[in-house]
Amino acid sequence: MPPAEAHEAQQPLRYDTGTSSSAKAQFESWGRYPTYAANVIPLHWQGDFPAVAQNLHNGILPVGLGRSYGDVCLLKDGNLLATPGMNRIIAFDRETGLLTAEAGISLAQILDFAVPRGFFLPVTPGTKYVTLGGAIANDIHGKNHHVAGTFGRHVTEFEIVRSDGSFYYCSPTKNPEFYAMTIGGLGLTGLIRWATLQLKPIVSRMIDYEGIQFHGIDEFLALTEASKEIEYTVSWVDCTSTGKNFCRGIFMQGDHSTKRAPLKTSPDPKLVFPIDAPGFALNHLSVAAFNTLYFHKQMSKRQVSLVDYEPFFYPLDKVLRWNRMYGKRGLLQFQYAIPWNNAREGTVAILKEVAKSGLASFLAVLKAFGDVPSPGVMSFPKPGLTLALDFPIKPDKSFPLFERLADMTLEFGGRLYPAKDAAMTAAQFQAFYPDWQQLARFRDPMITSSFWERVTGDQPSL
Amino acid sequence: MNQNQTESNTPAHRRILVLGATSGIAEATCRIWASQGASLFLVARNAEKLAAVAADLRARGASFVDTAVADLDNTEHHPALLAHAVNTLAGLDVAYLAHGVLGDQTRAEQDFNTAAHILHTNLMAPVSLVTWLANFFVQRRNGVIAVLSSVAGDRGRKSNYVYGSSKAGLSAFLAGLRNRVDREGVTVLTIKPGPTKTAMTAGMKGSEKFADVNAVAKSIVAAVDKRVDNLYVPLQWQPIMFVIRHIPERVFKKLNL
Repeated sequence: MPPAEAHEAQQPLRYDTGTSSSAKAQFESWGRYPTYAANVIPLHWQGDFPAVAQNLHNGILPVGLGRSYGDVCLLKDGNLLATPGMNRIIAFDRETGLLTAEAGISLAQILDFAVPRGFFLPVTPGTKYVTLGGAIANDIHGKNHHVAGTFGRHVTEFEIVRSDGSFYYCSPTKNPEFYAMTIGGLGLTGLIRWATLQLKPIVSRMIDYEGIQFHGIDEFLALTEASKEIEYTVSWVDCTSTGKNFCRGIFMQGDHSTKRAPLKTSPDPKLVFPIDAPGFALNHLSVAAFNTLYFHKQMSKRQVSLVDYEPFFYPLDKVLRWNRMYGKRGLLQFQYAIPWNNAREGTVAILKEVAKSGLASFLAVLKAFGDVPSPGVMSFPKPGLTLALDFPIKPDKSFPLFERLADMTLEFGGRLYPAKDAAMTAAQFQAFYPDWQQLARFRDPMITSSFWERVTGDQPSL
Repeated sequence: MNQNQTESNTPAHRRILVLGATSGIAEATCRIWASQGASLFLVARNAEKLAAVAADLRARGASFVDTAVADLDNTEHHPALLAHAVNTLAGLDVAYLAHGVLGDQTRAEQDFNTAAHILHTNLMAPVSLVTWLANFFVQRRNGVIAVLSSVAGDRGRKSNYVYGSSKAGLSAFLAGLRNRVDREGVTVLTIKPGPTKTAMTAGMKGSEKFADVNAVAKSIVAAVDKRVDNLYVPLQWQPIMFVIRHIPERVFKKLNL
């Protein structure tokens, strides 16, 4: 059995216990905020949609494994078309590494299939528990953005089906406008039925890893400049420290090992975060202590090792349901991309604002985006710096801080990432994504999301 | 397909017939067999779904996959269908019966035709198939017949006794058949899955707590390998059903199960 599949039983779009006998239930995304009631319609076959959506009186939204943090994967009082049951492989070419699969297949399932055959994902996010369709709809990026661009760049073709039964085969040359609007289109252009992904060859599971401590943004930028030829780069930043430790961190870089080694499938993860942590568990002191320990865990300035791809790419996947660490109130994610001309200044200003607020960010990830363009019109990354933070939700403090940070992002010419957002305003979104009205035109009239309604005021037209 | 008889016991050379191959549990089981390199003959009613399953299993490493579209309710077509499958696979090592319907209990309570249809699909059709298969395997003095029954057959309950009685009949039939053919080298495996997350149970109350279909499939593959007689899956259903079978009737009849 592909081991990852068993764990998608850990449905992040989870039913709350004690709901009625209908399929209507409370749903939360990975950030656990917000939580909305919705009706779930599981899809198992490519032909299920749009037949299952006949006679529905409110909007629909195709969803995958619910790993988006905010509300792009939620639809209040609507119908969620759950795609993970649609996970068959349609074709695989062992010479070229082209994989065609139904859109509900997860990246974990793709890895279980591809790694023993000597192939790897062209781009992977920090969790493998996302679906192929979700990766396209959010045009996700990874540690190799500076050389490989976004996920959508490696999707050679796909098919979308719309609620009126029409379907479009999409590629850069066939229906190019649907292709460009669907990549990063937040699932709104229609259900992605299947897609073809260009995998890349590997000869080992292992990554040649190097971790380098840095102090301050200039050291980080110098390391970024020096690692342009390295495939994967990302940094962890301590955003609780001020003064001489301000913007200290660890620069992590790696390449696929070129030394042949057995290509086994990954073992099953065993740990599940058992309970919802109490609200006070993550506070400024505990996070600062963690950050200091983490920084010094690496004893030397430079550390070189050969590591398996699992801990390198997916350190948090080892603990299923790790989002419970943030307690029932959940977490707010904040991720910006600021273009190079303002990247240094903007990053320093925002990190200072975060440190000043005293609101601890447990995970802070800093990376340079490259200039490989995405085929997606609404794609998030652009050349410059990206910083991802997450904050435990403290109702009266988190949202004002968040709004301030979003305004600063706008002033520095940047934008926020819809897949990680639960709080940007309509005005902010429309300024971040001036092409949003184009997506509005290509949207399937029955499909919408709580995110889309929040940032556009658009309602499903039924 | 020129499989050598002596190799047929290793997973990679197994020839497996799957009836009801588009059912959730069957498909998950076949993915494991495919990754081991087995040869598969798949039967299901819906051509489009069957083609999707077959393509997936080919990609996952099955040595050979062929399919036939058939409505297994038509028992008169069974002998020809089964003979065709055996010819195509050039023999047979495992027959896996996974077709069945949950049916509409509420309607079946009022309408005999609904009840009769459930009994036909879940009991009469498997009896027809298994009779042919058992005699085929007895002649060769080797083979495994693995059949999806259900914990619902262990005791009739008001919520699904029509489905339950079809599975009770099936389990009893298989127990008797095992008693007859086990000594002839033929294994009859009765599989009793508890509620499992599949298309059949999607949207049912409490379905988020149902067993993971891939874990169920893994147990079934292991049971076929070990030539087990009876399998409760997940295993915790064995003690649960022991208790349920032994609740005194005067108590049981008052319960809401």
